[in-house]
Amino acid sequence: MRNVGWIIGLAAGAFVALLLSAFGQDSLFRIHMGLVTAVLALGAVILMRLPQVARVPAGVIESNKQGYFDDPIRIGSVLIVFWGAVGMLVGVIIALQLAFPDLNFGPWLNFGRLRPLHTSGVIFAFGGTALITTSFYVVQRTSRARLLSDGLAWFVFWGYQLSLFMAASGYLLGITQGKEYAEPEWYTDLWLTIVWVAYLILFLGTIIKRKEPHIYVANWFYLAMIVTVALLHVVNNISMPVSFLGSKSYSLFSGVQDALTQWWYGHNAVGFFLTAGFLGMMYYFMPKQAERPVYSYRLSIIHFWALIFLYIWAGPHHLHYTALPDWAQTLGMVFSIMLWMPSWGGMINGLMTLRGAWDKMRTDPIIRMMVIAVAFYGMSTFEGPVMSIKSVNGLSHYTDWTIGHVHSGALGWVGMISFAAVYFMVPRLWGRRQLYSLRMVNWHFWLATIGIVIYAAVMWVSGITQGLMWREYDSQGFLVYSFAESVAALHPYYVARALGGALYLSGVIVMAVNIWLTIAGKVRSERPLVAPATVQPAE
Amino acid sequence: MGLLEKHGVIERNATLLLTLSLVVVCIGGIVEIAPLFYFQNTIEKVAGIRPYTPLELAGRNIYVREGCYVCHSQMVRPFRDETERYGHYSLAAESMYDHPFQWGSKRTGPDLARVGGRYSDVWHVEHLRHPQALVPESIMPRYGFLADTELDSSAIVGDLKANAIVGVPYTEDAIKNAQADLLAQATLDGDSTGLKERYVNARVADYDGNPAKVTEMDALVAYLQMLGTLVDFTTYDAKANYR
Repeated sequence: MRNVGWIIGLAAGAFVALLLSAFGQDSLFRIHMGLVTAVLALGAVILMRLPQVARVPAGVIESNKQGYFDDPIRIGSVLIVFWGAVGMLVGVIIALQLAFPDLNFGPWLNFGRLRPLHTSGVIFAFGGTALITTSFYVVQRTSRARLLSDGLAWFVFWGYQLSLFMAASGYLLGITQGKEYAEPEWYTDLWLTIVWVAYLILFLGTIIKRKEPHIYVANWFYLAMIVTVALLHVVNNISMPVSFLGSKSYSLFSGVQDALTQWWYGHNAVGFFLTAGFLGMMYYFMPKQAERPVYSYRLSIIHFWALIFLYIWAGPHHLHYTALPDWAQTLGMVFSIMLWMPSWGGMINGLMTLRGAWDKMRTDPIIRMMVIAVAFYGMSTFEGPVMSIKSVNGLSHYTDWTIGHVHSGALGWVGMISFAAVYFMVPRLWGRRQLYSLRMVNWHFWLATIGIVIYAAVMWVSGITQGLMWREYDSQGFLVYSFAESVAALHPYYVARALGGALYLSGVIVMAVNIWLTIAGKVRSERPLVAPATVQPAE
Repeated sequence: MGLLEKHGVIERNATLLLTLSLVVVCIGGIVEIAPLFYFQNTIEKVAGIRPYTPLELAGRNIYVREGCYVCHSQMVRPFRDETERYGHYSLAAESMYDHPFQWGSKRTGPDLARVGGRYSDVWHVEHLRHPQALVPESIMPRYGFLADTELDSSAIVGDLKANAIVGVPYTEDAIKNAQADLLAQATLDGDSTGLKERYVNARVADYDGNPAKVTEMDALVAYLQMLGTLVDFTTYDAKANYR
């Protein structure tokens, strides 16, 4: 039987989780470990029942003469769409909860527990799966080498999915460290650390055995992302468990130090996880789809080093006017403004890659998606430095403006570039000549774009309204509005925001159908997007 | 452009690329974070600051568990409108025993750094049960289930021990008496002399109005009612602590 080692490993893992569940010191830990037992046991059963030789379509074998290891990439491409839909669905639900609080069903489905499920669902489940999947794809093709080890690749891939399951189920149960975007408790963190180090070894090892003399620029970004995320994750999550058989731990740092460590982590989760990694994606898929080389090699060198050097300083701009010492706030602001330049270096390098191929914007909806992604990257990396200026931050901080900013980055940049990468990879991975429907890609593009524009615009208005109402004084020097009045004033914006999010989500559902039918090998009979050019007689 | 041509060396050596990237990303963090642990004036000494009582700590853990921090900040900024709305701006010392900090990043609801003592215990219990009954505009979820959930008071010893390991000055005495202190603070007829010796200005009350049992509601309200009350700002000298 194939997979014997894996089945034994999963069964042993399930047994250990069962023991942890049995001897757990608190009820949440026992339930959580019970769930992990169930998932690992289910994994073992599924592996046992897998057909001995999976039915591989002829086209797949055809496309894989180079001997790349694409099995996890195929599963990953489907999971990117799945996690995207789940994370964004939870987003729409919590947006509706803010508009209609009766939609909270406590304790498990209250806003406070669902919000981390949404943020982690989009950042780590959707974004993380997209990073791992595309990095496997890109590193093999740009190094002309198979992944270092098939087994290690499966371990990284499914190990990461297990950490996502542990995080998500933990949030609903109320297992959290209470640090934004680093909510999973100590044992989930430990597991993720093991998986992430394995990922680093796999990625670095594959680069080392490359047959190309140079390491391609996309891999610099992926590699910097992997190593920096490892550093951030480990330092920010150092904590003391109450019991090694319990779910609760206390952060090693406290107060001011904990705040800066957290936002050093938090801002670079944006800078490396959501920016550097996805720039790696841009540097491979955009030139491939446009069939043009990257615009400037020198620009890519300068903006790479400048970006990774400057990003790490920017964290304190999340703590303006707090009890953090002033010198640290000012330093954070100055570096955030400088960060504008390398960010736009990346945007320019991406957009200018299309030089001489701008007509593809009209004919190829995937290129269109990539261009709007890079445009949103440019927009939000301009907005970010503006918001990091202390006087602007005085108004924008604690308001919906920040939420709008994050979403123009996450939906516009991260979402769009990932969708484009999936549309690029899927036909190639399954040996299909084309996608099921290019018109549906076009529909996805417009639903998503209109959704983001509504979302971001509404949040600007809502955030600035909020900020201004809080500081509004009357002629006699009294505050004009109670806090509750500012909450009431935002209701229409919260309804409109949910609508924007729902449009974006519906785009992902159109994508899911399109990808599903592409994998099934179907092609939609449809009019081409652009009518073939016909020569018009001169009048 | 000689320098850029030398970049080819890095592009051919994966280990060098990895090492240099790691060095480059370490610099900013070291310059910004490390001094906070050494500069004496990062956290000024302020009279009145003490570790949380066992009941308050249990309440704080519920606050963290329910994700209150995703909608409520605990950090009043030094602006006229904020100090008039919420009270004196927050001091670094006020969160020095917070593992983790709960400053928050979003005010979907109001700041809670100084909510302690502003409303009655009854108001808090009713508000947590059904926020819209007291504040019609509110969009807060209901937390009535906390009043039905008995607090596991035996577990608190472990929480104090773990806090002591990460640097909160809980004495041997405090750890030994943690469970007794927890129960004493939530019941009116218990002996709270030890509690009050160990924790200055600890307030004893039947927070949830249900004397039959100590619930999670007791703990959460006890925590909310002490927030921002430790420092006496009538005697606090801001100039002496200017950084």
